[in-house]
Amino acid sequence: MIGEITLAHYLTVAGILFVFGVFGIFINRKNVITILMSIELILLSVSINLVAFSAYSSDLTGQIFSLFILTVAAAEAAIGLAILVVYFRNRGSIAVEDINVMKG
Amino acid sequence: MISSVFFYLFALVTCLSGLMVISSRNPVHSVLFLILAFFNAAGLFILLNAEFLAMLLVVVYVGAVAVLFLFVVMMLDINFSELREGFQRYRPLGLVIGGILIAELIATFFEYSDMSTSLPVQQGVHNTRALGQVIYTDYIYLFQLAGLILLVAMVGAIVLTLRRRSGVRRQVISEQNSRTRQETIRLAKVQSGKGAEETGQ
Repeated sequence: MIGEITLAHYLTVAGILFVFGVFGIFINRKNVITILMSIELILLSVSINLVAFSAYSSDLTGQIFSLFILTVAAAEAAIGLAILVVYFRNRGSIAVEDINVMKG
Repeated sequence: MISSVFFYLFALVTCLSGLMVISSRNPVHSVLFLILAFFNAAGLFILLNAEFLAMLLVVVYVGAVAVLFLFVVMMLDINFSELREGFQRYRPLGLVIGGILIAELIATFFEYSDMSTSLPVQQGVHNTRALGQVIYTDYIYLFQLAGLILLVAMVGAIVLTLRRRSGVRRQVISEQNSRTRQETIRLAKVQSGKGAEETGQ
């Protein structure tokens, strides 16, 4: 009844996660924290993609690339949350629509 | 067979918790569902014979990134119901775009015949050992660069959040050391029945 798991199954899971990430950015336009979490979901789905391709083609390069994605995601989360904390300290809110004072 | 069952379990929980991340009302619940999604993605990685990345996902994402999110969400005093006002307005647009995207992706995956092969059997070298053998030789510059990125992120986060507040009494060691005995100690001869201030010194 349950067939063999192929590459397409993993790619489907990654695709669903990616779409949830994009969807999360759309519906939570005002909440920066949820947008950052959606970006984490997107990066996770890309990681699943790379690891699945790497496992099914017996090539380690994909896993190494996934390692670097993990690094960049950690750095991005740290910097993003630091900016958020500083912004909240200065303005007392984190609504995205208020963040337009830097426009030229 | 048993790994197929586990695949469907992990995949289902990952997708459902991903949905809960973006749709839950309380951001603390969002972060906790994000942690659940990461754990189940680690399970998927183990099914793909990528044990090292699975452990890395648990350590880095659950141990560091998700806890950082949790700290920030709990530390900032924000009215989150205000931030959800646009939720209903943007949902149709998001649903249309997301639906088109997912339909195209899944149609492509199952159409492409190369992808219906089964997982090749791992032979000989352990996954962690194999990764180490490649990453310290072929990818050594990229590896160092990743460390540099983390260093820059760390310094940047510290510089951004460090602040100097006025009106705080800090210890200035050079000032303390440069004081002499003459300007700090005063000997007063206190007469009986009077306070030290009244002696006029």
